[in-house]
Amino acid sequence: MRASIHLLDAVVISNGFPLISGTTLSIEHGSITVINGANGAGKTSLLQLIGGLLPLSNGEGTVAGVDLTRHDRREVRRHVGWLGHESSFYEDLTVAENLTFACAALSIDPSQIPVVLERVELTHRTNTKSKELSAGQRRRVGIAWLLLRRPEIWLLDEPYASIDVQGREFLEGIIGEASQSGATVLLSSHDDLDFGKRKVRTITMAGGRVVSS
Amino acid sequence: MIHVAALVARKDLRIELRSRVLAWQVLPFGVMALLLCGLALGPNPAGRSHAGPGLFYIVVTLMALLMINRSQAIESSRGTKDSVATLGLDPAGVFLGKAAALTVEMWLASAVLLTGTVLFLHVDQARTLVAIPSIAASVAALSLAGTLYGALTSSQNSSLTLLPVLALPAFAPLLIAGERAYSAVVYGGELKVWWSLLVISLIAYSSVGVLLYGVMEES
Repeated sequence: MRASIHLLDAVVISNGFPLISGTTLSIEHGSITVINGANGAGKTSLLQLIGGLLPLSNGEGTVAGVDLTRHDRREVRRHVGWLGHESSFYEDLTVAENLTFACAALSIDPSQIPVVLERVELTHRTNTKSKELSAGQRRRVGIAWLLLRRPEIWLLDEPYASIDVQGREFLEGIIGEASQSGATVLLSSHDDLDFGKRKVRTITMAGGRVVSS
Repeated sequence: MIHVAALVARKDLRIELRSRVLAWQVLPFGVMALLLCGLALGPNPAGRSHAGPGLFYIVVTLMALLMINRSQAIESSRGTKDSVATLGLDPAGVFLGKAAALTVEMWLASAVLLTGTVLFLHVDQARTLVAIPSIAASVAALSLAGTLYGALTSSQNSSLTLLPVLALPAFAPLLIAGERAYSAVVYGGELKVWWSLLVISLIAYSSVGVLLYGVMEES
């Protein structure tokens, strides 16, 4: 199976501090990979590097066919969907307005917004401002956006934080479904995860390096 | 680029309409500053009237600094930054959209301040109306320059203090041109040279912003 993400001795330095210090990693297309590690191990930084949100300072890297050493890292972002620790998009816009803005930015048909909001059980919050949502509901807005966008690579930074048991099962289902449809999923998590029959690879990080894979 | 600019401008204006930062925080500050400037000049209406255009531009600059910080703060929370970054918006369009929204907000604020300038500082009303095109142009140039400097400083911890230090020297020619043009309309004098400076500034800041905004965002 072809590699969707390939890093060779990748180094990321920010403000003189090495966030990623020599990571070599190959992730197959359509796979699910869980990144483990203590706080500050470099999990988020690795996801940000892969998503083109942090620049590669040294080493080599290819994400979805985009060479990180040669191309503008903004090109990578066209292939990835991001679900971070914090809320998605703009606090003062409603759920529907945020999703409409994102759809318009990527020329995605906005008629699917009510459908995905129903799927993430946020229909009753369609016209609520993002800042008035709970942390778990904000996370669901981010998931709704991933469902609308259907990116090639899903980067989920501790997606289970602030989500209840029911939401967790729901998210595991969505991730399994995304992988089945060919998307590559990378997520950082401290928890034991269950994706049914899907094979999951676990990577452990410490000090900005992959220590076991 | 135009599509992204329109999208970003609409979004910024909608957020402003919701949050009412301009209406409830920036405008009251501007009106108070203008009133205090008038009081500081003493009771002589002629003296206040002559200082009116200059005081108007000083207060516009202070309000612009607040609005620029606000415009950048919308984008700068970690979650928003990462989510929006993965949309891959054209940076030139983002620059033009943010500058356009800031210009509209600054025009509204300037309209209120101009009313104050006429009422409190006794600048001639009819001539102030004639000066509106030059005021609109100088405020637009301020917004373009401010959007650039705002992007440059927004990622810094000390952006609130860094923005005035970096932006005010760049604003100075715009303020001089704007004030001179306003005074020329009200009290007579050379107008063409100041208009030329404003037009050149508009073109220069638009071009630099379109070309470099992406680099500034990423840095």
